[in-house]
Amino acid sequence: MRLLRTMAVGWTLHFKQESRNPFFLWIVICTPLIYATMAYFLFRGGTGGEELVAAAVGSGMMGIWSLTTTAAAAALQSRRRTGILELLVAAPQPFWAILAPITIAISALGVYSLATSMLYVRLLYGVSLDVQDWLAFAVAVPVGIVSMGMLGFMLGAAFVRYRSAWAVGNLFEFPVWTICGLLIPIAVLPAWVEPVAWIFAPTWGMNALRDAALGGSSPWDDVAMCAALSVVYGALGAVLLRVFLRSARRRGTLALS
Amino acid sequence: MTHRLRVFAIGGFLSYRALFGWLNPYLFVIILLVPSVTQILFFAYLGRAAGVEDDTFYVVGNAVVAAAVPCLFGMADTITDERYTHTLSLLVVSPASRLALFLGRAMPVAVNGAVVAAFAFVVGSLLLDVSVPASALGGLVVTILVTGFACTGLGIVNASLGLRWRESALLSNLILYFLLLAAGVNVPLDLLPGWLSTIAQGLPVTHGVEAARELVAGGSFSDVVPLLATELLVGLVYATIGLFLVRLFEVQARRGASLELA
Repeated sequence: MRLLRTMAVGWTLHFKQESRNPFFLWIVICTPLIYATMAYFLFRGGTGGEELVAAAVGSGMMGIWSLTTTAAAAALQSRRRTGILELLVAAPQPFWAILAPITIAISALGVYSLATSMLYVRLLYGVSLDVQDWLAFAVAVPVGIVSMGMLGFMLGAAFVRYRSAWAVGNLFEFPVWTICGLLIPIAVLPAWVEPVAWIFAPTWGMNALRDAALGGSSPWDDVAMCAALSVVYGALGAVLLRVFLRSARRRGTLALS
Repeated sequence: MTHRLRVFAIGGFLSYRALFGWLNPYLFVIILLVPSVTQILFFAYLGRAAGVEDDTFYVVGNAVVAAAVPCLFGMADTITDERYTHTLSLLVVSPASRLALFLGRAMPVAVNGAVVAAFAFVVGSLLLDVSVPASALGGLVVTILVTGFACTGLGIVNASLGLRWRESALLSNLILYFLLLAAGVNVPLDLLPGWLSTIAQGLPVTHGVEAARELVAGGSFSDVVPLLATELLVGLVYATIGLFLVRLFEVQARRGASLELA
């Protein structure tokens, strides 16, 4: 019970705190706007309503992913710089229960990203947001966000051990945007890319949101994959965190920024 | 004069080293080199999906704009990092020439931008099988250097705003995204609304990218000289405005005692 309370309070605190970070807000709001606009011009404005809705969802997901890769690392780095990281690690609560709410809270800022991109398409291009299955959409958003947050948690384990690991987030931004079908149809990518994309939660999150919004096939299997991946990322992240924390404590490098 | 040269050369070199966490070469690779290539691949595949232009268009466009990343962020970081380490006020009260100080910091950043652009060009071309005529290589090197200079001019403006505004990373991203959208890097200028393509004429990168595309298409260097001259002029205008703003904001910050608060 105390663990759950720690996680809930941590999530709420960080969601509020990061919601006031202008840089994070810029990422979640402007990334989808820029890329949705670019897609609109590139496709010569000739895309139909369905494609624009898919582009809006995809660019919204791009914003969430950008934030997950950059902000989770930045959040840990700022705690390291301000000397709080050691205190958090030394706290009686397990560190995974402190780190996971941070990364999930950061991913949860992605609701701004999705809302912005959907509103953008609605207000600027006049495309009606006729979501086919609102229930599935409403479930897919939080499940997708949690799965991306847990992926951020898994990456965050490395951020604890390696002081420059924050920069690794940059490496994953464009590749995941490319292979997960957020804006680019998987059909134009090499065949070997698709199985690689399966290990990334954004692939399934995007499928779930697109299917819920546009219909065609059931989004529930994609939602289930997001949930399953969250568990896998969580388990792997906890193991990695244990290993990296032990290593950092042994070497006395936790506070080195 | 010797003192100014010393500030220019040694100050610029140390500031450049500090950008990478005091000499951490692998940061250079994962922050600048790898993302420049993954960005090319993203836009090349987006372009294939849209059926607008071929891979060459995106390789050239994104390789040249890769010069902008270190120039914009690096120049802004020279201010914000000074503030973070509490050395900004010491810098401002020093009698060192501001021109030598900022040009010294700009020079390695501009060269860095050119190196990243050249790397992105070579690797992007190899990955996407884009052929570049050997006769174009010399012209491309000049084009990349000129574009790096122009981006550094904009970077100085960006850095000056860092004296007034704490969120300079946000501004760097904003400018970079605007360049990606409007400078003809990924969206051909004729697909943009008229007002946006007009604004693009005053942006760095726009003319550099056009020159690089002409060279890769087989144009001679003399054909692109007017484009490069325009790119150079754009860079000079931004650099002049930036140095003026540095002076202006510095005076304002001292008057308002807001240097550490911005």
